[in-house]
Amino acid sequence: MENILNKDISSSPLGAVLQTPSQTVGPYFAYGLTPEQYLYDFKQLVGNQMLSPIEQEKAITIIGKVYDGNGDVIPDAMIEIWQNDGENQLFGRFGTGTDPQNRFIFSTIKPKSVDGQAPYLSVIIFMRGQLIHSYTRIYFSDETQLNTTDEVLKTVPAERKSTLIAKKKGINIFEFNINMQGENETVFFEI
Amino acid sequence: MNKITYNQFDREVHPPYLAPEYKSTILRAPTKPLIFLKQSLSELTGPVFGDFHLGEFDNDLTKNSIKNGEPLGERIVVHGKVMNENGQPIPNTLIEIWQANSCGRYVHKVDQHDAPLDPNFLGAGRCMTDKDGNYKFYTIKPGAYPWGNHYNAWRPNHIHFSLFGANITNRLVTQMYFPGDPLLQHDPIFLCLPPKGRDLLISKFDLGATEPNFALGYRFDFVLRGHNATPFEKI
Repeated sequence: MENILNKDISSSPLGAVLQTPSQTVGPYFAYGLTPEQYLYDFKQLVGNQMLSPIEQEKAITIIGKVYDGNGDVIPDAMIEIWQNDGENQLFGRFGTGTDPQNRFIFSTIKPKSVDGQAPYLSVIIFMRGQLIHSYTRIYFSDETQLNTTDEVLKTVPAERKSTLIAKKKGINIFEFNINMQGENETVFFEI
Repeated sequence: MNKITYNQFDREVHPPYLAPEYKSTILRAPTKPLIFLKQSLSELTGPVFGDFHLGEFDNDLTKNSIKNGEPLGERIVVHGKVMNENGQPIPNTLIEIWQANSCGRYVHKVDQHDAPLDPNFLGAGRCMTDKDGNYKFYTIKPGAYPWGNHYNAWRPNHIHFSLFGANITNRLVTQMYFPGDPLLQHDPIFLCLPPKGRDLLISKFDLGATEPNFALGYRFDFVLRGHNATPFEKI
């Protein structure tokens, strides 16, 4: 078998390949990562409209704010949503700096349940003041039954579970706020 | 097929959430313990990037924003390899790039540092790794700039990167520094790294990659989280 290790790692002996450490996304990511959203003259690869125009009738809207430890809304966070239910594999990204209320807003498809799990979206949070990004999940308040039996939600302390559940606010609109700290600190995962 | 589990963040090289010397972490770092998540389908697959079409000059920041001339500053070429901890190269993966101009000024509207913008330099770009995990792009060496963390705080020269890798566990946002920068020893964002992690973010000057009469070369490799199936395992 071809020895990938010796061939491909320049100057690193076997077993000494360390992960490249994370650093903060900083305050100035917008023209590189979300340029069209922030009206910079650079093509954007991905935004907050995660589904194709022909799927719009199935769309749900996820809307929310990110709060710091003082309860102030964070205006320079970047949120990514990753989802895959085996049928739809979607990806979206949005900064909190352009909405007048500094909300993040995504239009996507509600994922279906896989293997009896409650449906969820994976979320990554980046911001100035985070040296390494945070992972969380968005579950849905109208999945009462599956949210009770879900294996991941069962591992979350009961009093913190509600921080992971987006509240249905209207037809196909879900609100999901993220609290970095405080009494209602959102559950963040080690993935 | 083996059941693959991806490694967690190596906390011996990654920075902590809370690092009071970097003041913005104080109100933004999670304070409660993380909850361990068993990896399932959506952690083990990445987004489909098939629709990503890079522009002709996305990998050349010296050309992708020209309005009336060449951008000012020291032209450099940055190259290296993206691999995982298992030493396997990661082909066809997206690298996003953003940085200050040669004067230390970001195009971002929030940046009010009193240094000139360069009409011919945006400071954003992107590239894909090739089939062997290698990448290369051209840019202008970014300048140092002041920030408000503490009195007389200056960020060392750096380039920001965003990488995707194979799946959500591989996601990496980081900064590459330059060898010999005297500001590194005064920069809380860099010094928040455990000592074992610091050298990993400093690029190496590379005379071999330097292009005569054109651009100085720097090498910087990215190592994303690996998994428990080694290249030697029979599948």
